[in-house]
Amino acid sequence: MNKLLLAASGLFITFLSFAQGSLTGNIESTFQYLNADSIIDAKQPAEKGLINSYMNVFYTQGNFKAGMRLESYLPRIQGYPNRFDGTGIGMRYIGYTNGFVDVTLGSFYEQFGTGLAFRAYEDRALGYDNMMDGARIIVRPTSGLVIKGVYAYQRLSFQGGNIIHGDGIVRGIDGEFHLNEGLKKMKDFPLDVVLGASFVSKYQEDNNPDLILPQNVGTYGGRMKLRYKNFYGDIEYVQKEQDPSSDNNYIYNYGHASVFNVSYTRKGLGILVSGKSVDNMSYRSDRTKDLQDVFVNYLPSLNKTHTYNLVATLYPYATQPLGEVAYQTDVLYTIKKGTKLGGKYGTTIGGNFSTTYQPTHSTNGINPLDSTGVTYVCRPFQASDSMYWQDINFNITKKFNKKFSTILSFYSIKINNDVVKISNDASGIIHANIGVAEFAYKFNSKHSLRTEIQGLFVEKEAGAIKDKGNWATLLVEYSISPGWFFSFMNQYNYGNPDVAKRVNYPILTCGYIRDATRFTVSYGRQRAGLFCVGGVCRFVPASNGLTLSFTQSF
Amino acid sequence: MKTLFTLAFVFFSGISAFSQDTHATESQLKQLPSVNLKDMNGKSVNTAAIGVDGPIIISFWATWCAPCKKELNTIHELYEDWQAETGVTLVAVSIDDEKTKSQVPVYVNGKAWDYMVLMDPNGDFKRAMGVNNVPHTFLVDKDGNIVYSHNNYAPGDEEKLYKELLHLSGK
Repeated sequence: MNKLLLAASGLFITFLSFAQGSLTGNIESTFQYLNADSIIDAKQPAEKGLINSYMNVFYTQGNFKAGMRLESYLPRIQGYPNRFDGTGIGMRYIGYTNGFVDVTLGSFYEQFGTGLAFRAYEDRALGYDNMMDGARIIVRPTSGLVIKGVYAYQRLSFQGGNIIHGDGIVRGIDGEFHLNEGLKKMKDFPLDVVLGASFVSKYQEDNNPDLILPQNVGTYGGRMKLRYKNFYGDIEYVQKEQDPSSDNNYIYNYGHASVFNVSYTRKGLGILVSGKSVDNMSYRSDRTKDLQDVFVNYLPSLNKTHTYNLVATLYPYATQPLGEVAYQTDVLYTIKKGTKLGGKYGTTIGGNFSTTYQPTHSTNGINPLDSTGVTYVCRPFQASDSMYWQDINFNITKKFNKKFSTILSFYSIKINNDVVKISNDASGIIHANIGVAEFAYKFNSKHSLRTEIQGLFVEKEAGAIKDKGNWATLLVEYSISPGWFFSFMNQYNYGNPDVAKRVNYPILTCGYIRDATRFTVSYGRQRAGLFCVGGVCRFVPASNGLTLSFTQSF
Repeated sequence: MKTLFTLAFVFFSGISAFSQDTHATESQLKQLPSVNLKDMNGKSVNTAAIGVDGPIIISFWATWCAPCKKELNTIHELYEDWQAETGVTLVAVSIDDEKTKSQVPVYVNGKAWDYMVLMDPNGDFKRAMGVNNVPHTFLVDKDGNIVYSHNNYAPGDEEKLYKELLHLSGK
C-alpha cells in the first residue's frame, strides 16, 4: 500500500513540475501562555503553553484542483473543543472542474439553499468543522440551472492527528433554477424568479436494543426567491422525517424548518422583515451526539450579530433546534448629505428588532405514551407566549469632518436564561440595557485614535441584582497605517452582587501587519464568555496570560 | 497515518519544486481562483471571469465587521474619483452566512454603495483566496493577477491601496 501511494505521488509530482498552476492558501497559528489567577477562576494548564496551528494549500491547474489542510493542536488553546489533538491532515481533496461539471473526491464544504436541510461548514476560530468526506458532483446543464449531489461521511473530530468520522452517512441532491438566466422568454421579464428543491438523507445503523429506530432519515423541501424592482422576497420550507435522537428525547415526530425574508431597498434606504419557524429540527448524522457535533443542517438564529464586546459576548442568542418561532426587522436609512441633519457626509440611522418565542405544542387527542411515539403537534409559525429572546437596538453614525466621526448605539436585550442557558448565576429572563459611544479621530493620513465607551446595565428584579450585574468597558486603540496598532481594553464588572467579584479585566494588544502577514501579541485578563461567529457559539473560560498569533495568506 | 505524511511531504516538495521553476516572476503572481458565487440580485458570477475591464479591488467584509464597514465607507467617498482616474471596479465580497445574509442588501443600499457585491455565505471564495479574517483587501490587475493584498483596516490604509492602484495603472 505504502509503495503504491509513493508511486502515485511520484507521478503526481512529475505532473506538477511540468504544469503551470496556481497555488493559494493560508496559515494561522495561535499560542497561549497562561497564568493561574484565582480572582477570575482562571487555571494554569499543566503544559503552561498551548498552541493551535493550521495551514491550507489549494492548487489549481487548468481544470484540475487539489488541496489539503494540515492541523496541529499541541495541545489546543483554551476553550477550543476538547476533541482536537495531535498533528495531521484535517482536510484533503482532489477534483476536476469545467464549465459543465465539477467533481470533488475527499473533503468538501457545501450548502443547499439556506442550509436548513444541508450545510457543511467550517469556522476555524470557533473550532466548528462538520466537513463532508466523500464525493460531490455539481452539474450546470444549462445557464441558470445548478444540480448538486453529495455522498459522504462527516468529520466529527480530529484525534491523534486523524480525522474521526461520525457514525452515519449523508446523501443529498439539490437543484436550483434561475428562470431569468435559463429561459429566453424570461430574460428581460421584470420579475426575477429562482426555484429550488433539495432532498437529503442520512443512514445510521439502529443499534438501540430498546427501540426500533429509523435507519434512513430524509429531509426534503423547496424554496423560491422573487425580485421585482426594489422589492425582494424569499421563502424556504423543509420537512424532516421521524428522527428519534438524544436531542429530542427519542420521539417519533416529524420536524420542520422555514425561513422567509421580505425586503425593500433603494439608494439610502433598506428595510427587511424576516420570519422563522423551527420544530424538532436537530438533524445530525449521529443521533447520539450533542453540542455542535455532526450537524447536517444549519439553523441560523434570526437576529443581528453584534460587534461591541459587551453586547456580543455576554448575552448572545443561538437557535433552539428543538423549536422556536422568530421574527426580525432591520432598517437602515442614510440622511442625505448637504441637508441640515445629514451634514457634509450624510448621517446613517439604523434600527433592528428581533424576537423569539417557544412554539405552541398541541397535545389534543394525542397520547404521548402510545406506541406511535408522537408526543405533540406543532404547526408552522404558531408561537406561544413564552419568550426566549428579544433585542431592540438603534445606532447613529455621523462623520463631522475629515478628522472626527462617531457612532452611538443603544441595545435592550432580554434573554430567557431557563431555556437559553447563558449564566449559572441567574434564572428567568435577564434584561440588559447597553449603551456604546465610539469616537474616532484621525490626526493625519497615518495616525488615528479610536475609543469605545460601553456600559451594560442589568435590570433589577424585586430590588435584587440579577446575574453578574453591571459592566463598563473602555477601549482605546491607536493605529499607524498601514503597519501598526496598539490597543488597551478594560472591562470592569463594577455592579457584581458579590463584592469580591467586582473585578477589572485589562488587556493590552499590539499588532503588526505587512500586506497579507499579521502578528499580534496580547497580554492580560480575559473574561469568561461566549465567543460567537454567525450564530454558532463556543464557551471560553476566563484566562490570564499571553497570546501570540500569526496569520499569513498566500 | 505514516503514509499520509509521506504523501503530504511528497505533495509539498512537488509544489515547492514546481514553484521554483524558471517562470519565477509569473508564478509569484497569484491568479484569481475560479469560484461560482451569486451577486445581490441572485445572478451567477464566476470569480475568475468577473466581466469588468480594468483593475479590480476585492474586499472581503461582513455586516458584523466594524473595520470592514469603515474601510468600505471610506472608499465609498473616494470611489468616483478612483474610478475616473483608474477605471477600477470594487467587488465587495460579503462573507455573511445565512444568519445575516439578508441584512447585506439593507446595509449596502442603506449606505448607497455603488460597488459590485458578491455573496459568499459558505466561505468558498474566502477559503480559496486564503483569507484568515476580515477585512482583507486584494488588488487585481486586468489579467486576473493578484498584485497586492492587505489584511486588517486602519484609517489611512486606503491611501496605500490608492498608491498601489495608481502604480498598477501606470500613473
